[in-house]
Amino acid sequence: MKRMQKTTRSNFITYGIVIVGTILFQALDSAGMLSSLLSGLLVPLCYFMILAVSLNLVVGILGELSLGHAGFMCVGAFASAFFSKIMDGAMPDGLRFFLALLIGAALAGVFGILIGIPVLRLRGDYLAIVTLAFGEIIRNVVNVFYIGRDANGFHFSMKDAMSLNMDGGEIIVNGPQGINGTPRDSTFLISAILLLITLIIVLNLINSRSGRAIMSIRDDRIAAESIGINITKFKLMAFAISSALAGVAGVLYAHNLSTLAASSSNFGYNMSISILVFVVLGGIGSIRGSMIAAFILTLLPELLRSLSDYRMLIYAIVLIIMMLVNWSTSGRYMKEKIADWFRGLRKSGTKGVS
Amino acid sequence: MRKKCLSVFLAGVLAVTALAGCGGGNGGSETTAAAGDNGTAAADNGGSADSDAVFKIGGIGPITGNTAIYGTAVQNGMAQAFDEINAAGGINGYQVEYSFEDDVSDPQNAVTAYNTLKDWGMQMLIGTVTSGACEAVVDETYADNMFQITPSGTSLNSIKNDNAFRMCFSDPAQGSESAKYISENNLGSKIAVIYDSSDTYSTGIYQAFAEEAETLGLEIVAAESFTADTNTDFSVQVQKAQDAGADLVFLPIYYQEASLILAKAQEIGYAPQFFGCDGMDGILTLENFDVSLAEGLMLMTPFSADAEDELTQNFVSAYEEAHGETPNQFAADAYDAAYVIKAAAEQAGITPDMSASDICDAMKTAMTEISYTGLTGKEITWGEDGEPTKAPIVVKVTNGAYEFM
Repeated sequence: MKRMQKTTRSNFITYGIVIVGTILFQALDSAGMLSSLLSGLLVPLCYFMILAVSLNLVVGILGELSLGHAGFMCVGAFASAFFSKIMDGAMPDGLRFFLALLIGAALAGVFGILIGIPVLRLRGDYLAIVTLAFGEIIRNVVNVFYIGRDANGFHFSMKDAMSLNMDGGEIIVNGPQGINGTPRDSTFLISAILLLITLIIVLNLINSRSGRAIMSIRDDRIAAESIGINITKFKLMAFAISSALAGVAGVLYAHNLSTLAASSSNFGYNMSISILVFVVLGGIGSIRGSMIAAFILTLLPELLRSLSDYRMLIYAIVLIIMMLVNWSTSGRYMKEKIADWFRGLRKSGTKGVS
Repeated sequence: MRKKCLSVFLAGVLAVTALAGCGGGNGGSETTAAAGDNGTAAADNGGSADSDAVFKIGGIGPITGNTAIYGTAVQNGMAQAFDEINAAGGINGYQVEYSFEDDVSDPQNAVTAYNTLKDWGMQMLIGTVTSGACEAVVDETYADNMFQITPSGTSLNSIKNDNAFRMCFSDPAQGSESAKYISENNLGSKIAVIYDSSDTYSTGIYQAFAEEAETLGLEIVAAESFTADTNTDFSVQVQKAQDAGADLVFLPIYYQEASLILAKAQEIGYAPQFFGCDGMDGILTLENFDVSLAEGLMLMTPFSADAEDELTQNFVSAYEEAHGETPNQFAADAYDAAYVIKAAAEQAGITPDMSASDICDAMKTAMTEISYTGLTGKEITWGEDGEPTKAPIVVKVTNGAYEFM
């Protein structure tokens, strides 16, 4: 353990937190000791953490501000829900959910590449604004799809459900009403395993040759280009992987509720900003930090429910305070003081024992 | 090392927060302890009533966010009804305790709100207010076998399971009833529809309306849509309706957008018959709206605050006194839903010590047996599918007030 590299050790701590957390919550849940509120939140907690980690890959490691992350989640959610809906009963549930996950991730990844090709030519603010626009476009396009299935096969329309000319059968995607009756396959265990896989992918990517190339683009684009790093390729790589992982989160979202509709609250820019808040609060580039921030910020508004009308106000205040404590100069100074105090306590503690 | 210390500390904090969450589950918000509200009434029925046992009824709806106006109305309507019920001695001699949770009209939030209420000990649910959120919650209540009645969730899937009922008309019912009414009364032959394609309520009504119109031989000459992002300028839609020669414009939308359409139509000198659904209710009280624009507008609404029957008058005056505004149909639906629960509970003879699942089984049967007269309809009955059967009420705006047709 001592001879391990510092980064490797840090990575294993991250995995450890997830594994211990998973075992703890799974045990509490199966023992029936969790409140319904908390056990209902386990899957959302996992997909929010996956979203935070995947966005950190673009924002923290690639160093580009993306505001369209919820759009990729939307692609993953709708692709997989559509697949699950038409295949429901045609194959074993486990296999179907596994394929749905692959389809959701793959399609979100493909969208990441398609959008990335034009978008990644831009930098900084421009890129942020264009990703914002693409996120909204995805959501709006999904809202005009009408797809139905009857004995004659599939019918598709972008106008309304009447122009499908259905002969009985059922409407699978009903425009803004979305998809209803998705099988509910997301369990906490699967979500936690997917979170772990996400972490393994992202952390290994960061510590690989490609990861160093991506970070060199972030740190100095011209220097990176001058030593022969293919900027477009590595940028696209980070963007596509991040999108695919967001797609996985979307799959979990879609299979956690029986209804799926793309509204501005779940796949709009509000959501993208929320994910960005997790990343910024947890520390840009710090994977573990963004994970913990996602955990706290998802749980907080729900735990504050007892304050009813004031909860969103208090949530906002907590957000501001956390941001100040974490990232302002004096806040950091105070944090170091506290950490020093803890260290002193620990040292005197160990001295006492020995 | 310092980092490690800090992470251990943070992990500790997390664990404490999480555990606090487990324990705090019973803290339910806005709980109104009803006992002792009205001593005499409770004492009258006190013979059989166990003073500790209360019915716990939860409500879910948006009280923050874009649709907060609907959720707040439901919350107020429900509170008013249960306060009255408690004052009159409760249900089957037991007092009612109620709690309302916010869902921001988002499906995920609605499920979380539902779980919070379950921790609180909810036995029956009034909710949720909006269709999208309701579609998510209805599967949860089905899994738990919890009795559910939605005051205003109008989409078909909102009550797809047999434990769920609704107080209002469904979207398809509103659409087809409107088409029938228009056809029977010869209000128009060439019809234009302007609807919100990003809204489930609006598209749901439009789809059913279009299907029914086809069978009735009504001709839809223009179907123009807008979305929540483009709901400020309607020149194109109104112009197209005029160009198509429509003599009736069907507006299955909410009153805010409808007010803009009416203004635009007057601006270009287009005066067809306008026909709306229950979302149109509230247009006369809209701020800065010239009421003369709505002259002649017809709408199908289950509730009108101007109705002269005693029940409505009492409800409206009590509501105005408590909240300083005229109740809309959402408040009326919620008020009725609360009284429907009372009626069905008395029919089923349930007691608070029964489990939520047993209550649900008893209520499911009782719901199909009762006939209820309230604010939103007379002699309403329910089928096993949970849909109410009631006569639609059509009103016409005359001299700035509703006139019953």
